Amino acid sequence: MTKLAYYPGCTLKTTAKNFDDSTVASAKALGIELVEPERWNCCGTVHALAKDDVMHHLAPVRNMLRVQEMNSEGQVDSKEMITLCAMCYNTLKRSNQTFNEDSDKKQKIQDIMFKEEATYSGSVEVKHFLETLKEMGWDKVKEAVKTPLTGLKVAPYYGCLLLRPRGIGIDDTDNPRIIEDLFEALGAEVVNFAYKQKCCGSYNTVHMKEVVGDLAHKILKQAKDGGADILATACPLCEYNLGPRQEQVKVQYPSFDSIPVVYFTQLMSLAFGLGDEAMAFEANRPDPRPLLREKGLLEE
Amino acid sequence: MENNSEKITIYVMGKKHMVPEDLTIMKAMEYSGHQFTRGAGCRGGYCGACATLYRKKGSYKLEGALACQKIVEDGMYIAQIPFSPAEKKTYILDEIKPEAATILEYYPEVSRCLACNTCTKACPQDIMVMDYVQASLRGDITQAAKLSFDCISCGLCAVRCPAEIVPYNVSQLARRLYAKYIDGPSEHVLERVKEVEEGVYDQDIKELMTASKETLAERYNTREIDLNE
Amino acid sequence: MSSFRSTSVLRLHPENKVFNERIKELSGEEIDLCFQCGACSSGCPMTQEMDYLPSKIIRMTQLGLDEALDSGTIWVCTTCFNCEVSCPRGIDVANVMESLRQLVLRKKYDRVSLDELTPEELRELPPIAIISNQRKLTG
Ligand code: SF4
Ligand code: SF4
Ligand code: SF4
Ligand code: SF4
Repeated sequence: MTKLAYYPGCTLKTTAKNFDDSTVASAKALGIELVEPERWNCCGTVHALAKDDVMHHLAPVRNMLRVQEMNSEGQVDSKEMITLCAMCYNTLKRSNQTFNEDSDKKQKIQDIMFKEEATYSGSVEVKHFLETLKEMGWDKVKEAVKTPLTGLKVAPYYGCLLLRPRGIGIDDTDNPRIIEDLFEALGAEVVNFAYKQKCCGSYNTVHMKEVVGDLAHKILKQAKDGGADILATACPLCEYNLGPRQEQVKVQYPSFDSIPVVYFTQLMSLAFGLGDEAMAFEANRPDPRPLLREKGLLEE
Repeated sequence: MENNSEKITIYVMGKKHMVPEDLTIMKAMEYSGHQFTRGAGCRGGYCGACATLYRKKGSYKLEGALACQKIVEDGMYIAQIPFSPAEKKTYILDEIKPEAATILEYYPEVSRCLACNTCTKACPQDIMVMDYVQASLRGDITQAAKLSFDCISCGLCAVRCPAEIVPYNVSQLARRLYAKYIDGPSEHVLERVKEVEEGVYDQDIKELMTASKETLAERYNTREIDLNE
Repeated sequence: MSSFRSTSVLRLHPENKVFNERIKELSGEEIDLCFQCGACSSGCPMTQEMDYLPSKIIRMTQLGLDEALDSGTIWVCTTCFNCEVSCPRGIDVANVMESLRQLVLRKKYDRVSLDELTPEELRELPPIAIISNQRKLTG
């Protein structure tokens, strides 16, 4: 087992436990033990864009510091910090970059944290789990498959923060392949659709759910028109806006037919045959299980 | 008040006073003629009423302390924070669950935490306040309860928090949830409640209720305290 | 030739210059490079909800017009960075949107309030939704 530091983030511990469970289980099936730091804090979810903003870098930097500590104590086998939630990934990655590239800001951050604890050196490498899979090789993933997802038409949905802004993405910003490659390795049929990188409305879901209803409708409809049975995502906010928010879509578009939205790791757990606890489909809305049963991928 | 110790200078709300160097902030303030009508309670470091902010001579750092515990230092600037304005939510413990959604429903402002750690730096009880706020946010009720065990609700974290969180209210909810759903129910409490209901202590209580002031004073002064317990 | 030059130079009033400089400083973006191609606006998912298109907001900041602060656009932008990947001039429009929001938020303004959410919403919304909403839209 390779031990890697794993930053789950608040949402994987609360409303997206199914993302957490399926990730830890499918990583294990591939010989990776994801080790959560003993102490960690919310990363802040969004990168501090204003150039004079130092305060909002503290949260990400503290988490990197925790992983650095795990490293120096030999709890993990690499300097990597594995993330799953697209917002965490983006926030941590960008703050780490700012810390390493902007010496003035780095100094200010360290001044604020002075005497508080160990100092962060900038050594941690923020990664997304999909990148880990790609590096490991799709053949390895293929080897672990027990139930190929044959006949399942999956539309990969990237959303914004795995790919943008330029220079941050886990894959080519304009023509990403990474989730497609994963699903091909899992034996699914990949549905390519133009809105896979379109924004779901993000945090506007809190106070402008009609707007999110419109955007979700566009995205889901396009995936369906392309023949998709199901969407796979890597962000709990996308999952919420495209999944549970379908209730809102139906209010605005009464003829809309629902389509399941799951985390990519849930379908990995299904393909790897890891059982109900790992797949945790019961938490998804709409429920993907009827579809998966119909496709012969889940037992009745 | 007589005291032969060396005198040092402190500033209470900006006004200079010479006070003996071995007094606590609270005693030094009383020595210099202040009378506490708010912001003093147990005088033993337990009740959290005497929250104080101070800066030391030659330092930019703003520090927090309990006036009844902290010994004065030369050149200290002192201000009492007798109260921190905060709404305490009402909830029925039987009807809520030990999960993140409960914390977010009653104290959604925890979602504003910046992880700046200002609260931890302000806490006179050396509690990892940020860590318990963060644990609450992600629904780790056990960790939130354990980390905050020594909180005495002095309010210093709350007045300093840039995200306008009231950490002690959040942790109180976490500890209640922990006690009710995760750690509890506690056997010895159940046993004692049963004894009370069965009237085991009725006679003793009656005796106390009818005792004279002198007897009560006598009994209080000669009570047994086992500090090791 | 010389007359052509003199008319093509844009001269900002001092107060416009100050605003233009402030946005450049806060966003770190070379907004003066924008040549109004409109690519940012064409890829923006939120234009239906906006009063000014993103490219127009950039034009306003070029001209130092602080009316940009009163626009609804800056509050519906989702920070999706579609504009950033579309811009041929290398401008990150999302950063400009953020600096405009910040200028308003730093004057004791909150666009949204937690007090307005129902207990049901607070229980159901994923924490990242609430956290990012607060981060982006409150001071
Ligand atoms: S946690 Fe806050 S209220 Fe509790 S003792 Fe520390 S500073 Fe005081
Ligand atoms: S002071 Fe407030 S914002 Fe800062 S870490 Fe503590 S609770 Fe979070
Ligand atoms: S970041 Fe804002 S302005 Fe840019 S494309 Fe997205 S919503 Fe539009
Ligand atoms: S894409 Fe760039 S150059 Fe084109 S209008 Fe937008 S900001 Fe200006």
